[in-house]
Amino acid sequence: MDLSTAYSTILADIGASTSLVVVTILGLGLVLWDAFKPRHSAIPWVTAAVLLLLAIFELTKLSEPDGTVFYGMIRTGSLAAFVRFVVLLSTALSVVLSATYLERIKLNLGEVYSLMLFATAGMLVLATANNLVTVFVGLETMSICLYVLAGLMRTDSGGPESAIKYFILGAFSTGFFLYGIALLYGATGTMYLDQIAAALSGTERTTMFWSGAGLLLVGFLFKISAVPFHMWTPDVYQGTPTTLTGYMATASKTAAFASLILVLYYALPDQNWSQAIALIAAVTMVLGNLVALAQDNVKRMLAFSSVAHAGYVLVALAAGTTDGYSGALYYLLVYSIMNIGAFGVIALLEWDDAGGRKQTLDSLAGVGYKRPLLGVTMGFFMFSLTGFPPLGGFIGKYAVFAPAISAGLTWLVVVGVLASAVSAYYYLRVLYVFWMKPAQEDDVHGLGTSRFSVPTSAAAVLVVCAVLLLVLGVYPGLLDVTTNFLPGQGVALAP
Amino acid sequence: MTIPNITSVVIFLPLVGALLTLLLRSANAIRMTALVTTVLTFLASIVLYVGFDPAVDTRATPQLVDMFATWFPESVDVKYFVGIDGLSLLLVMLTTLLGPIVVLSSWTYIKHSFKGYYALLLVLQTGVTGVFCSFDVILFYVFFELTLIPMYFIIGIWGGENRVYAAVKFVLYTLVGSLLLLVAILYLGFAAGEAVNGGVFTTDWYKLIEYNVPLGVQSWLFLFFALAFAIKVPLFPLHTWLPDAHVQAPTGGSVILAGVLLKMGTYGLVRFCLPFFPDASLKYAPVFALLAVIGIVYGALVSRAQSDAKSLIAYSSVSHLGFVVLGIFAFTAEAMQGAVIQMINHGISTGALFLIVGMMYERRHTRLMSDYGGIAKSVPVLAFFMVFSVLASAGLPGLNGFVGEFLILIGAFKSTVVSNWLVVFATTGVILAAVYLLWMLYRVFFGPIVHEENRHMADLNPREVTLLIPLAVLMVVLGFYPRPFLDKTAPVTDHILEVVNSKLADVGPSDVR
Repeated sequence: MDLSTAYSTILADIGASTSLVVVTILGLGLVLWDAFKPRHSAIPWVTAAVLLLLAIFELTKLSEPDGTVFYGMIRTGSLAAFVRFVVLLSTALSVVLSATYLERIKLNLGEVYSLMLFATAGMLVLATANNLVTVFVGLETMSICLYVLAGLMRTDSGGPESAIKYFILGAFSTGFFLYGIALLYGATGTMYLDQIAAALSGTERTTMFWSGAGLLLVGFLFKISAVPFHMWTPDVYQGTPTTLTGYMATASKTAAFASLILVLYYALPDQNWSQAIALIAAVTMVLGNLVALAQDNVKRMLAFSSVAHAGYVLVALAAGTTDGYSGALYYLLVYSIMNIGAFGVIALLEWDDAGGRKQTLDSLAGVGYKRPLLGVTMGFFMFSLTGFPPLGGFIGKYAVFAPAISAGLTWLVVVGVLASAVSAYYYLRVLYVFWMKPAQEDDVHGLGTSRFSVPTSAAAVLVVCAVLLLVLGVYPGLLDVTTNFLPGQGVALAP
Repeated sequence: MTIPNITSVVIFLPLVGALLTLLLRSANAIRMTALVTTVLTFLASIVLYVGFDPAVDTRATPQLVDMFATWFPESVDVKYFVGIDGLSLLLVMLTTLLGPIVVLSSWTYIKHSFKGYYALLLVLQTGVTGVFCSFDVILFYVFFELTLIPMYFIIGIWGGENRVYAAVKFVLYTLVGSLLLLVAILYLGFAAGEAVNGGVFTTDWYKLIEYNVPLGVQSWLFLFFALAFAIKVPLFPLHTWLPDAHVQAPTGGSVILAGVLLKMGTYGLVRFCLPFFPDASLKYAPVFALLAVIGIVYGALVSRAQSDAKSLIAYSSVSHLGFVVLGIFAFTAEAMQGAVIQMINHGISTGALFLIVGMMYERRHTRLMSDYGGIAKSVPVLAFFMVFSVLASAGLPGLNGFVGEFLILIGAFKSTVVSNWLVVFATTGVILAAVYLLWMLYRVFFGPIVHEENRHMADLNPREVTLLIPLAVLMVVLGFYPRPFLDKTAPVTDHILEVVNSKLADVGPSDVR
């Protein structure tokens, strides 16, 4: 590496990571802004606007050729642009929802938005990293910000529990992750994803390689909350402010999955992992859905549902083909929209509660009639999560299941569809409570009396999510967007 | 008169109407919009009927095709592909005819949340029509599942006492079947793509019937397909969702459910199971015929034991659809023809029965037969239509029910696949149908009036008469002169049987028999 040109190379490469730079600078700017004008009401709106513009900017770069910048540390190209788009869009929508929600629960602190921006910067690095060190830096930047956000509700009993659990288990998984990186480096002598594959081709796989790669995967499985590494999910999701839960469940998972896809595709291209991932996917789908059945708290239910959805994405990864990876990426887009919407509706309904936040299903009886907008959009989200056509969820399922069948994993898909039949029960239960269960007479949280109006901004986000799901579902031609991201079959590539 | 994209117009016009109703506020405007939409759709479907030329062959492509080839990405051969052939035509006509009838029947029955009800009803019609017009299996699946969402709400919100249980049971039963169907579709699409479509995943019906599925996988693919459809039909012992759903659903929902939703199951068996998997179909035909006959007899016996008029009719559906399944798995031209025409007949006569029971319920708020008795004297017009529909349903010669059952039984006797003993048992179903239906007539309409309040029951109003007349007319027309209808379906049923036989010949008979 010629360091004399390093300065000019890095300067030239900055353009390729515009979003990352803008997000970071904005995050730093917000710290200053909040220091001089605490809790300024414009902070979230500026944040959301910038994030949306960046998301649109990434859309324009969807057809860029693949490449690397910063001396091969960061990948660019269509896949990177798509994942950045999903992460930025999820963040933007979450910020808009949070703006009014956090004000309502009196947590409208300026640092929330800078933390979200720093976490997003971490995700942008993680999702496009081409080197295990970059993966780690991105992962940690993201995680540390999320630990803080998880504990935002300090006075609430769930808040500290959520933060501590997330932190301890997260730190633990980081240990696995680092150890995996170290062993992989020992086995291959490189940390660049594509060079790992090159170093491996034609050589005998050593125990050091197997344990390194295994530990690395365990680290990833923690972050995407796959069974049996999902234990933290329900508690953390429950204790985090709801709109931030939505953010956590979507953007961070998307980034972690994108990184996992890059690792599997570039560094570990042979399909040795297929059976292991298939097994984890099966357990994740079954357990996630079965346990979700038993939840009364809506946020915990959605937490287990997100565990199950990680299982669906893993089905596509188990296929180990480029179609599988494309399907998984498409699913992440759909998944993000559905979950931001669902958590958004729940966040809005928490408002109504006078005596603290109550999130049990029963407390929401008959809500659909009093808040038709929330009821109808929730219908979109729940049916889409179940996988009903003509909504995005169905096309997403098609995108993850079809490659698995084509790769000969029919048994796994059968497990998957049976698990999603189970999921129909609890998703429909939400709609049952919203629309069919008569409202209780002693309206404890005053849904009937205090007819607050849903803030326009939040309503707009929900409607946008619902419409996007309909568009994604009615026009599956959009699947094309993710099809040609990865060249050829997953075989070892020259660096 | 020709209308461009007429097939799509017939499918999506109700959806447009549904969107319109969302913009309206007053109950009357919503009902009128729904009525006008469904009537327009029916008129459009008449254009479809006229535009369909039975002389033109549909072996290579359906008629009145609308295609949008880039619906899915170009790397897969999944299209928006709708069209009409003889099999679709009659079922589409039945659906569009029931549309305005259901709207009219709900006019005063639905008392709250009008907007949601009529919007969902219209979406449901789009789904059902789409099912019958799709010539792409994924598209079929999309419409097939689309019908679940509105039906869940229609039963769950506007249904009777136990509506939520019934709605959830309905969705979960159907969903388990249809999700496995999705797996089978995807598998079949890849396999057929490899074999007949140059390696490109395909779900085009015409390409799939060209593909002879290897015997090793045919069985499980067939079972996945057949399970989804058998649940929908419903075939004994998968029928338990049906009485719940029917009894709890509002009248309009029951009529749609019995009239056309159940037909999606039998339609699927004819359209997909037989031509895609002939060997497996033949192998399992005795099982399906046996289950069908058990359903016929069991449904009839359970009907006889009901005290609730609506659940009596619900169980009669189990019995009547048993005939259709028997006809399908007899593998003879007559039986297949009979099965198709019986789908239409059942839609008309059972639809009428549900409508009339709904009208009685609206007047007296009870469905128990013991709460009636002798009401023929107070409501003669209602009684007339009831007797008429009962006779049609029981298979009286000269009315529509007879034609279908007769063809099915003749075809089944000729069949080498179905044992004659089974057909003998099936025949008892015809007699049992007369027993439970006439017994119901007797208990409800004849004899002395035991409950005073029944003495002053209001007879049918003009709206109710209007909506029953088309059904009654069709019962007679189909009963006396079924020929034009049979001529429409014959080319398709013949084609399907031809496909079956040629594929069976390809494999060689020794493998399966």
